[in-house]
Amino acid sequence: MRLFDFGVEIDLNLTKGVKTLKRTKNKNSKKIGKQTFVFQNEPKIFSSYSIVSQKEKDGPFSEYFYDVLSDTKFDEKTFEKAESKMFVYTLHNAIKKAGIKPNEIDILFSGDLLDQIISSSYCARLFDISYMGIYGACSTMVEGLIFSAICIDGGFGEVGACVTGSHYATAERQFRGPLELGAQKQKYSQHTATAAAAVIVGLVSQGIKITKACIGKVEDYGVTDSANMGAAMAPAAMSTLVQFFIDTNTKADDYDLIVTGDLGKLGSDLLRILMDEKGYHLGQNYMDCGASIYHHDQYTSEGGSGCGCAAAVLDAFILRKMEQGQYKKVIFIATGALLSTIIVQQGESIPCVAHLVLLEK
Amino acid sequence: MDMPTGDQFKQQNKVRNKKYTDYVELVSPKQTTWKSLLNAFWIGGVICLLGQVLFDLAKILFSLSDDIAQTIALIALIFITALLTGIGVFDKIAYYGGGGSFLPITGFANAISSAAIEFKSEGIIFGLSSKFYTIAGPVIVNGILSSFIVGLIYYIIGLF
Repeated sequence: MRLFDFGVEIDLNLTKGVKTLKRTKNKNSKKIGKQTFVFQNEPKIFSSYSIVSQKEKDGPFSEYFYDVLSDTKFDEKTFEKAESKMFVYTLHNAIKKAGIKPNEIDILFSGDLLDQIISSSYCARLFDISYMGIYGACSTMVEGLIFSAICIDGGFGEVGACVTGSHYATAERQFRGPLELGAQKQKYSQHTATAAAAVIVGLVSQGIKITKACIGKVEDYGVTDSANMGAAMAPAAMSTLVQFFIDTNTKADDYDLIVTGDLGKLGSDLLRILMDEKGYHLGQNYMDCGASIYHHDQYTSEGGSGCGCAAAVLDAFILRKMEQGQYKKVIFIATGALLSTIIVQQGESIPCVAHLVLLEK
Repeated sequence: MDMPTGDQFKQQNKVRNKKYTDYVELVSPKQTTWKSLLNAFWIGGVICLLGQVLFDLAKILFSLSDDIAQTIALIALIFITALLTGIGVFDKIAYYGGGGSFLPITGFANAISSAAIEFKSEGIIFGLSSKFYTIAGPVIVNGILSSFIVGLIYYIIGLF
């Protein structure tokens, strides 16, 4: 191929570079199938804490959320500072609940929705912990859990922490318009949850085990409407879930609960249809955090979204129910729409990813 | 091995994506229904009625000329909208009103005052002043452009 007309042929297609690499087998491989990891040392979630705003507290999970923001600005001057404070607050309380010191944590994974993941970084500067910022949009919590579990299982530390959250006001400004702007939302749009949660994972005797994880591929089915995130994310959830079932040779009925992050009502219905097409039926044991975090009459259209939505439900509802022994084996898949307003305005479709962890009592 | 490109990706998945997006389009809840049209109609009508009442009041009470009474009615509408935006009521009206509350001057006043409230946190110059017209800017640009085009057509018609 001729790149510039300099009279020189450049081999951009790398036809000459492809070699068959001689590969050696890892003796203690922790990977099964194509995308699934097995954690042999069984890192456990032994402490978690979450905070939500009054709107989420008024929703169906009312009796499970135990800490509520005093006001949406959390006694700060701006919403961005409030979001960062929510991170600090939940992480501090999770560490306190765990009964350890902050410097006993080996690594902190944190991410949020804002540009340059500022809430996470401003939270991390207050703690004496190695920090890695991650961005997975609404899948951040599971991404953090997987990274922590990999670090711990691989022997690179004993305790890891992940914290994530989102704030309605900051996300509105980041992705849409001013808060008080009187523009009608699409009927299929989602409401960014104001919530944050921190989870501490470590090698301890008691807690909820993270036994398997499945890192998803980016799926893009050509949805270009950034308001319709549920429809954009459903194929990503389907791809990861199907791959996990194939890798582990199981089906949906083998699990007590399958929880998706924030597909919303439309997205979770689409996921059911897509899964049926692939031959896996999702029955009564399937729920979606986004679709169930708000009541119908709270004017949130399809339900909640944002990093905090799945994270807060994980802490307040799923982990608690697992500790009580109601659920033994739970698949938790958080989906993320990796969109930026700029590229969507340029007419591109939305790439989405979904990560999965298997939690066991 | 070919380097993968975005266009190739789109070409490969064209059929699947078309099928999926068509289905999504089919099942997504629709925005425009008879109910929303009716809401827009009566809320827009109420706003216009309010404008007319203000206009008449200014004319009768202060015995002003039509031009000045009109300006005063507009200013009063803008003030009411800005106040309602500030106390967080206008977006609830707009939730039902839609185009009905957006098309009159109330929509423009709301776009500016909501941006002013939102971006105040970044300071007066680089926050408030520079983001003041983020929503209303396109309205102004397109308003001027379309009135220019209409004026041009009007002028050309007038020549004959």
